[in-house]
Formats: sequence, C-alpha cells, structure tokens
Amino acid sequence: MPDIHDEDSYEPHPKPGVSHLDYAGEQGMAVEQETLVERDPVKREEARSLWGDAWRDLRGRPIFLISAVLILLLVVMAIFPWAFTDTDPRKADLVNDYLRRPNWGDVFGGGWFGYDAQGRSIYARVIYGARASITVGIFVTAAVTVLGGLTGMVAGYFGGAVDAVVSRITDIFFGIPLLLGALVLLNAFATRTVWSVVIALGVLGWTQIARVMRGAVLTVKQADFVVAGRALGAGTGRLMFRHILPNAIAPVIVVATIALGGYIATEATLSFLGIGLQDPTISWGIDISSAQKVIRTAPYVLFFPAAALSVTVLAFIMLGDAVRDALDPKLR
Amino acid sequence: MNTAVDTAKREREAPYEGPLLDVRDLHVEFVTRDGVAKAVNGVDYSVSAGETLAVLGESGSGKSVTAQAIMGILDMPPARIPRGEIRFRGRDMLTMGKEERRKIRGQKIAMIFQDALSALNPVLSVGYQLGEMFRAHRGVSRAEAREKAVELMERVRIPAAKQRVNDYPHQFSGGMRQRIMIAMALALEPDLIIADEPTTALDVTVQAQVMDLLAELQAEYNMGLILITHDLGVVADVADKIAVMYAGRIVETAPVHELYARPAHPYTRGLLDSIPRLDQKGQELYAIKGLPPNLLRIPPGCAFNPRCPRAQDVCRAEVPDLFPVTEEDGTPLEGRGSACFFWKETLHDR
Amino acid sequence: MTANGASALGAAVPEEAAFTQEVPRGEPILEVRDLIKHFPLTQGVLFKKRVGAVKAVDGVSFDLMQGETLGIVGESGCGKSTLAKVLMNLEPATGGSVRYKGEEISRLSGAALKAVRRNIQMVFQDPYTSLNPRMTVGDIIGEPYEIHPEVAPKGDRRKAVQDLLDVVGLNPEYINRYPHQFSGGQRQRIGIARGLALKPEIIICDEPVSALDVSVQAQVINLLEQLQGEFNLSYMFIAHDLSIVRHISDRVGVMYLGKMVEVGSDAEIYDHATHPYTQALLSAVPVPDPAARESRDRIVLTGDVPSPANPPSGCRFRTRCWKAQQRCEVEVPLLAAPSWLDGAASHDSACHFAAEREIGQAGQSGQAGESGQGGTE
Repeated sequence: MPDIHDEDSYEPHPKPGVSHLDYAGEQGMAVEQETLVERDPVKREEARSLWGDAWRDLRGRPIFLISAVLILLLVVMAIFPWAFTDTDPRKADLVNDYLRRPNWGDVFGGGWFGYDAQGRSIYARVIYGARASITVGIFVTAAVTVLGGLTGMVAGYFGGAVDAVVSRITDIFFGIPLLLGALVLLNAFATRTVWSVVIALGVLGWTQIARVMRGAVLTVKQADFVVAGRALGAGTGRLMFRHILPNAIAPVIVVATIALGGYIATEATLSFLGIGLQDPTISWGIDISSAQKVIRTAPYVLFFPAAALSVTVLAFIMLGDAVRDALDPKLR
Repeated sequence: MNTAVDTAKREREAPYEGPLLDVRDLHVEFVTRDGVAKAVNGVDYSVSAGETLAVLGESGSGKSVTAQAIMGILDMPPARIPRGEIRFRGRDMLTMGKEERRKIRGQKIAMIFQDALSALNPVLSVGYQLGEMFRAHRGVSRAEAREKAVELMERVRIPAAKQRVNDYPHQFSGGMRQRIMIAMALALEPDLIIADEPTTALDVTVQAQVMDLLAELQAEYNMGLILITHDLGVVADVADKIAVMYAGRIVETAPVHELYARPAHPYTRGLLDSIPRLDQKGQELYAIKGLPPNLLRIPPGCAFNPRCPRAQDVCRAEVPDLFPVTEEDGTPLEGRGSACFFWKETLHDR
Repeated sequence: MTANGASALGAAVPEEAAFTQEVPRGEPILEVRDLIKHFPLTQGVLFKKRVGAVKAVDGVSFDLMQGETLGIVGESGCGKSTLAKVLMNLEPATGGSVRYKGEEISRLSGAALKAVRRNIQMVFQDPYTSLNPRMTVGDIIGEPYEIHPEVAPKGDRRKAVQDLLDVVGLNPEYINRYPHQFSGGQRQRIGIARGLALKPEIIICDEPVSALDVSVQAQVINLLEQLQGEFNLSYMFIAHDLSIVRHISDRVGVMYLGKMVEVGSDAEIYDHATHPYTQALLSAVPVPDPAARESRDRIVLTGDVPSPANPPSGCRFRTRCWKAQQRCEVEVPLLAAPSWLDGAASHDSACHFAAEREIGQAGQSGQAGESGQGGTE
C-alpha cells in the first residue's frame, strides 16, 4: 500500500480568503487513513455506487456464486430446454419405457433418470419443467414486489389517513390464505396456464412485501438523513427514491427472494392438487403429483422432479441471504 | 435491611485485608472479521472498600470492556482474555468455577448501566424485578420480597414508593429509572459497585441528584465504587483517585486533586486543556489533534504518539511503562503514575 | 406545510430576490414571535379523536442577529430541538411567526419555501444517522446542488464538493467514500460541509458535538467558529453542554418546558442569571475542578420536569421552584427585563421574582419578591 504516505502528506490547498484549515482534522484523517486503506485496498480509487459495491462484494461470496450459477443454469434451462436434451418430454412409449429404471450410463440421454408410468423420459421432463417453475417464480415475485413495494411505500411515507386505509386493505388481503385463495381464483379460469397462476399468486401474495416495506419505510423515514434531505428542500420523489428506498429495500429484497422459492413451491403444490397447471404444460408439481401412485415401486419417478424443485427453492433462498449481506455496507 | 444474618455474614468475611478488587495485567481482545481488536492491553488497578476509583476515557479506550471483564459479562467469543488476573478479595475470578463466580456477580459486585431503560425488563414491574433479587438469592417469600422492594425504593428516594412499586419501567422518568437501577445494584448489599456512565443519559439537574445519591449510599455502606465515565466534571465531583485510559491502557493514575492540578501525561493534559475556559472566550479551543486509534491497528510504541505534541523517536519505538511520578527532587508522589517517557517534562512544565 | 397555507398567504409569498439583500451585522436576521408548536395527542386508529396536545414549544420569542451565535440551552424535553425543526420548516408551526429578513417564512410551501431553505441550513446531532449510508460523501455533499441546480452548474459540482471537503478539513479525494468509513468527528465535518453547500446565512446547529468524543469536540467547535468568520454565518447553537455554549455563544437563551425563561448575553446569563431555573441549571453543571467540590453551592432541584402535555398553570417552573408563591400559580411571567433590576441583571427573564442569586441563600424557600410586584406586566 504505497499510497498511504501519499495520503499522509495531504496538505490543504491555501485559497485566497480562506485563512487556515483545521490541521487537527487532517492529522485525524491520516490516522484513520490506515484503516481505510487496510479495509479496501482494491476499491478505493474506483468510482463507487451502492449497487456497484454490492456487486463487488457478492463476487467474493461462495454462497452467492453457487446459487447464482444454479439459478443461471435454471434460467437457461427454462429458456432453451432443447439445448439440454434432444428427447421430447411428451413422447410416451408405454410399451418399451413403462417405468424403466434410470440408466446411469445414458448421461444427458432420455433414459438417464429413467421413465415414468406413462413411459416419458424423466430427465427431459425435469429439464422442461424448469420453465413453468422459473416463470411463475420470477413473474409472481416481480408482480408482488412492485405492487407490495409501492403500496407499502405509500402507506409508510404518507402515514396518517392514507396509511390507515391502505393498511386495512392490506390486512384484508393478508387474511386470505394463499393456497385457499389461489384454489378459488384459479377455479375461475377456464383454461389454466402459467399466466393464470402468476395472476392468482400475484393478487394474493403482495401483502407480505407491503407490510415489510411499510415497516422499513417507517423506520427509515425517521432517520436524520431524511430530515436533512427535507431541510435541503428535496421533493417527495427524491426523498422516496433516493433516500428512503435504498435504505428500506434490503429487507424487501430478502423477503422477495425467499418468497420466490415459496411461489415456486406453491405452484408445484397447486399443480399437485390438480388446480394449478394442467397437461400439456410440463411442471415439476404435476410430475410429483403423478409420481405418488408409483412411489413404492419406482421412487425415482418422484425423486428427480422433487430434487429439482428443492434445489431451485434453496438456490433462491441462498441468493436472498447473500444479497442481503451485500446490500448492507455496515456488514462489510 | 441489615438483618442479623447479613451482619454476621459481613463480619465473617471482614478479615481479608488489602484491596477489594485488584486487576493485574488484564488483556481483552475481540476477534473480528478484520482482525483482532486489542481492547484492553495490560490494565492494572485496585479499589478498596469505601474508595471511589474513576476510570476516565473516551469511546474505545477500553474502560467499559475492563468493567465487563470484571463482571464476567463479556460475550466470549468474540471476546477473549489471553492474560491477566482479576482478584476479588484476593481470589482470582478468572480461574474460579462458573458457579462460584456467578455468586460473586450480583451479590458481591453489582453493576449500574448507562441506559437504565434497556437494562430493566420492560414487561415486569420494578417491584417484581427488585423483589426477584431477594427471592433468588435470599429465598424470601413473595410478600417479604415486595416489602423489601418498597424499602429499597424509599432508600433511593423514589417518592410514593408504596404506590409505584407495581409500575413498569417506562412509567418512570430517566432519573427515577436510574435510581431503580441503583436500588437493584444495592439490593444484596454488594462490596463493590461498578457504575458505567451512570449519569450520561440524564439531564444535568438530574445528574447531580443521582450522583449525590450514589456517593451518599457508597459512604453509608462503605462500598468500593468504580465510576466509568468520559465526563471530567463528574469525575472531579466524586472520585478519590483516577485512572485515565487510552487505547486499552492506563496512561495515568493520580489522586483526583493532583490530576487536575498537575497532569503528568500529555493526553490527560490535552483533555483538561480542551475544556472551554472563561478566559479563552473568542479564541480557538485547544484541541488534541487527530482521532483515537483504531483498535485493530494500534500505533507502535506509545499509542498516543501520533497525536502527542511531545512525541519523540522513543515514543514510536517503545511502549512506555506506567512510571512512578515524583517531585523534581525525587520525593515520590503517592498513587501517581504516568505512562509517558516525558512525564517529568509534562508534570513540571506548568 | 400544506398547499392551503401557501395560497392563503397569496401575494405575501416573497420573491426569491427578496432574500438577497444584506442584513447589517448586529441587526436581526431572524425574528421569532410567539412561536407555538403543539403535537396533537389522538386516540383511535381509523377515526382519530383529539384528546389533548403536547405543548412542545409554547410561545417563544427571540431575535437572531446577523453574524452572531445564539446559544439555546435546556434539558431534554424543553422543546429546543422542536424549536429547531419548526424554524427549519420541518414541522409546521401551530402559531406565531418566524420572519427571515422581514418576510414571514413559517407558512411557506413550494418554491418559496425552497428558496428559504437555501439560506437556512442545519447541522444535526448524530453524525451516524444524519448521513445517508447508501450515498457516497460526494453525493451527500453534492445533493444540495441537485436540488438547487442554480447554485452550481453541473460541470462545476465535483469541484465545488471537493472545495467544501477542503474547507471543513477533509481530504477532497475522499469524495467516493461512504460515511461508515469515517469516524464520528469526520462525519460531523461531512454534515457541516453539506450544510454549507448552499452558502446559507443561518445555520441551526442541533447538539452538533454532543455525540462526539471529548478530544474531538474541541476540533469541531473550532471548525464551526472558523467557518462563521469565513462565511459570515449566523448560528443558532442548541446544546445541553453549558460550558461549550458559553464558549461559542454571543447570547444565550434558556428554555424550560416549551418556554424561553431567560435571554441575555453570555455574561448576563452565566454570571448574572436572574431566573431560578437558570441558576439551578448552572449550579448543577459538574465543574472539572475537584478543588471546587467543597465550595460549590449547588441547587438541587426536587422532582422531575412536568409533562409538556399538561404543564403547570402560571409559571411552568413553579412546581420545582423554591421561590414560588401564589402569584406564580395564576400569572404567567412574561419574558422581559425586570424593571426592578439594573446593570447586568437587567436582561430578559421570565420570573415574577427575578433576582441575582446570592450565594448561600439558594435552595431555601426564598422570598425574593418584595420588590418584584407588578414588574412584568
């Protein structure tokens, strides 16, 4: 760290009209400087922003790297399933493939994970099932974050009567059990696609985010730096989005990422119950549901879609944890 | 309060001669993500019955950590005590069994915290919390415990104690809560009280009341008192002797009058000089330059050297011991010590 | 600050140009008259019912002179911080007036309020919460320029921020650091730099050093004094540390339970206090001199400060005052120079029986009121 000395020798520039500067403070910085340099030798000269720093921090976290790689893989799988398998997941050969056991030698082949009770390739179905899960997870989360985030922000920031009305509405929605509500709502759709599931879960799921956001905004709103912003003449938009939101968003992101896993699980549950996605859509939940009939004789039929579901949920929860830590500069 | 049993017990323990509490070469470290923070680096001090030792220091000086080590309330890990002795009535508390130590804590040594509101349990009435001390340690009945609680509250001069005994902590004002904390500390008639910034959170007019009460009760029970504070004014009012701490070490010890009249360490002197004085009105205040050191990276040599106007090469190379301080002719000054190579110059410079 | 407030004022909304005139040194730049701030106490969740009010500031009047430092002292709950918030227009005043350069500013909103904000800024108590932890130092100090783009053109802002860092004694290269990388004293310097960015004329300092270490307090006090000279600032300096207030202030106001009880020059307040509360407050301050331990004559007040939701009638200090008489219960003492006093004792004091303290008498149930009859009406 050769530039410590550089910092040490910093002399305030004498300016006309400015007589002398506080020498004491300068010395203070020199003392503190050593700590600063020690703490972030790489970052110090780069231009910095909250998200940039968070990103730099995340790159060094194994938990993040593992979950990010997994999620990336799942997303690619969801978009380009054919890149992972050339077997048609809907092709059923009851004669030859009925409950055929996994063939471990057939890596990436149709028989790798075995075949289900309809003679369909389990490997191909696990690959193609990612699309439904990831779509539901990401879009429901996006919907509830925007809807809940805005609601919570408005309630927390404006307070008073606005808060009272918005919070009561939130409470009403909060009172509806997610699964039960989704069952009722989905029954109203004639044909159920991924998008009907997204709408149903989005309409019912935003309250948790709204509550978290409202609480965070209420706390941050009190902080002196928000008062300082008001004292400078900052408008509502600036206070909300520059001061309050970045300081209130961390718990929302954590809750949202963890909830994302939950929505994927809920979609699977709904499909399992037969009220979520329907054939011909391919979903892990549907496959888990159909696997239960043969669980004694062919447990692998249940195992692979269930494992895919668990890994996906876990990956998003781990990502949530890593992101929370990275977004809090104080923890660095 | 002074039942026959208590008195007998006191007398039985009385024969021990010497200081009540004797801390020797105490080291405390905290393991953090960024490295090991050396919070206390070889502290020695002692307190006798009826004596008030003030430990003066800024945040990060190690004054509170030392007290927490004495009380045995440090979280270990992240804290650890690599070296040192804490002798209470001659017995090292760091080596004794957990159960034995627990008995000393609370019964023999009690602590008063800065923030009374968070130190009291908000969901229990103060009467219950005070009475609990007797029920747990003395095994008295519920009714008796309540009576004792009222008695204690009267002792710390809480008005209408009988009516307020069932009130909850938040129903009391800051000053009253601090009185309840004092009552709690006094409940089992400890030999030593450690008060960590007891009046910092209070208003000046209330500060005076609480400090007076504490001093009075100390004299009445002949307790030892360790007063931890950053406030030079509070120290001057009540202390017998002072230990000034900086970066985990004691840099100066002295009887209170001498310290203020003739400091022998540049840090103490700097602190005294930076108090605004009447004749300095309109002038720049004296300010110790720089900042207290980061405990992860204490400067080599004397920790104060980067901020010290007297620093020489020796100060950057060697850690000064706590040298005994004497008059110019060599007459020893009792109880005085300074961890400065240039204590002579500092002392006689005035 | 509602929109109604502004439209009700109509033509009275001052033009921005009105604030550019210079106020001669020693003339009032801020005139506060009968300022009131009550926080309503309500019950119920959806349908709120008003059940009372916390009278945090209850009829406070004073002038802040151009170029001076007015110290405001008082204990917690006396309303000094609320006063700062109302003066900053962060809380709407319940009543009374605040005039800046002769213009009423307590009911402004919108652009007019924004213009006033350029001229009155604030330094906060807690350097750990007053800086947005998600923003770099450069963004924090530069934010005033984004809100008031007319002060510094876009291209000059980085330079302006670096100059400000330099002025408050911080290395301009620290511009990309986050607040948590600084110590308390350094963060307070950042807060001061932000306050200076818009080149205000008045800075309200709300306990600016009480969260700092003793050895760092003096550095920040020196910085504030130096900046006052350089930028011709008027300070309102709110603190509970009486010795620091004395050091920095030209005049001092003492507050108790929402009222200003005594105002005067620093010498008048510290050496010739005539209000019993001021006397008690001064006597209670721990003196860093053990020699004074025995000789001190401390007035130990009994009891606590009454609740501001239900303050005592008449004089608010009477419940703890050793001079209190029947009259104090019924008649609110006005803040004015008592006619029966002269010399340094003759400064504004809101007591029916205002008198300098005679050492040895205080604490007894004194009867200093013989000459005091009819003095304050």
